[in-house]
Amino acid sequence: MSTPPPRQGTRPVAIVACAQSKSERRIEQANEVELLMPVVTEVYANAGMTKDDVDFICSGSTDYLIGGPFSFVTALDAVGVWPPKAESHVEMDGAWALYEAWVTLQEEGKDVALVYGFGKSSLGDLSRILALQLDPYTMAPMWPDQVSLAALQAQAMIDQGLATEEDFARIASRARHNALSNPNAQVANEKTMEELMKDDYAVAPLRRHTLPPLSDGAAAIILVAGDRAYDVVDRPAWITGIDHRVDAHAFGARNLAESRSTTKAAENAGVSAGPVDIAELHAPFAHQEILLRRAMGLNESTVINPSGGPLAANPLMAGGLIRFIEAANRIMDGSANRAVAHATSGPVLQQNLVAVLEGAS
Amino acid sequence: MAAEETAQGPVTMLSTPIRLDYNFTAGVAQSKSLRGYAEGRFIGQRCPVCKKVYVPSRGSCPKDAVATTEEVVLPNTATVTTFCVVNVPFAGQSIEIPYITASILLDGADITFMGLIQGIAPEDVEMGLRVEAVWVPKEELGPTLASVKYFQPTGEPNREVSTFAEHL
Repeated sequence: MSTPPPRQGTRPVAIVACAQSKSERRIEQANEVELLMPVVTEVYANAGMTKDDVDFICSGSTDYLIGGPFSFVTALDAVGVWPPKAESHVEMDGAWALYEAWVTLQEEGKDVALVYGFGKSSLGDLSRILALQLDPYTMAPMWPDQVSLAALQAQAMIDQGLATEEDFARIASRARHNALSNPNAQVANEKTMEELMKDDYAVAPLRRHTLPPLSDGAAAIILVAGDRAYDVVDRPAWITGIDHRVDAHAFGARNLAESRSTTKAAENAGVSAGPVDIAELHAPFAHQEILLRRAMGLNESTVINPSGGPLAANPLMAGGLIRFIEAANRIMDGSANRAVAHATSGPVLQQNLVAVLEGAS
Repeated sequence: MAAEETAQGPVTMLSTPIRLDYNFTAGVAQSKSLRGYAEGRFIGQRCPVCKKVYVPSRGSCPKDAVATTEEVVLPNTATVTTFCVVNVPFAGQSIEIPYITASILLDGADITFMGLIQGIAPEDVEMGLRVEAVWVPKEELGPTLASVKYFQPTGEPNREVSTFAEHL
């Protein structure tokens, strides 16, 4: 077995096991611990491990969704940090927790990491909550909602001749179709582009189908460094490249119709160094898929979001980590050799993380 | 900095009111504890692995990371593991100072929670003091820990600190 060499770091790290909850509009019964616990239990079972095998734990979530302080500490009740464990948390999507875990596993003696992300979008008003990630002096006081901001971006793309509303509808149509074979998806159906174009505008030029669903959900991954990964799974999904970059916080300082941070991250992750069989892109709004695809230079031979992507299920703080899961599952089951996983955070694709996952040849 | 800005001085204050409303999900396990308060009783859960009893339970054992499903009804009697005497006045204070806030370990429980101690002079409170819950009148009971009015001494001898050292 020839492990593909990583572009960054000195130790190869692989995704060896994944688990995710079904995304739902509103999980009313379970609190965050109860939402997370079955997912963590499942990922340990899938890896044939117990909590005692884990050297490092890292999670992604945000207190703003729950409206309570230190909710990530409460969530540790689902994970079992006894005897005391090395643990960390990022106020970011779980994909950034995966990045921190990947960095941590570069250290000899740390071989296994548990990564998870969770979020319940149903507890508050997401359009107001997400406004609080904007500049607190000049922007947040006006409470611009995320759909309106995404619409500004979509309009910029249309005005620059990069896309049409029909393109957006075509993406939504394909996402919903692909989601029919994804048991964890929330929005799955057969609707043609022409049918979807009859939808009302949410905020022009974005029609309803171009928006992600509001989702509650959780996801978890086990990472293993080195050959020990082959003890867990025949075909680990090796992270051969990974990078994340950030664009200017102020919208006026960047061209919304492009994503230079994605381009840079993709370059550093080595996306173009080989053919990309599938790409799971964290494009919560349909037009962002076109934008990300261009930014990474993905061509027509790459299958985009075979899971349905965020248009089918979009639990905040787990949605990016789920892209890793969907990409890794296709490496592990042998249906793809080389895959791209992308995650975004912040308003209108401000921050972007890109990774290349490969199976051993 | 331009001369006129310097003359005006920097902007030092900006008010941007923020209000967010949330629905709280108590969850399955905590809902049971909350409903217990409304019935005037403490309901916890036992870990199937280490057998520890958590009250209120969040549905998992934080040590073993397994779901707790076995319900345990706990008695009104408890031990004060540690306490403090509050002498500081603050806005919205509803009790006359000085008063005692204590960590309460219900008999049969393995985790403490905060409770108010009444019916004893602050200088007489000691670690290990035996107390019992005094609930609000039945018609005022609700799904809240506020259903427990306070804890008062039972008159039993204090417990040795070594017998509950694990819970300090």
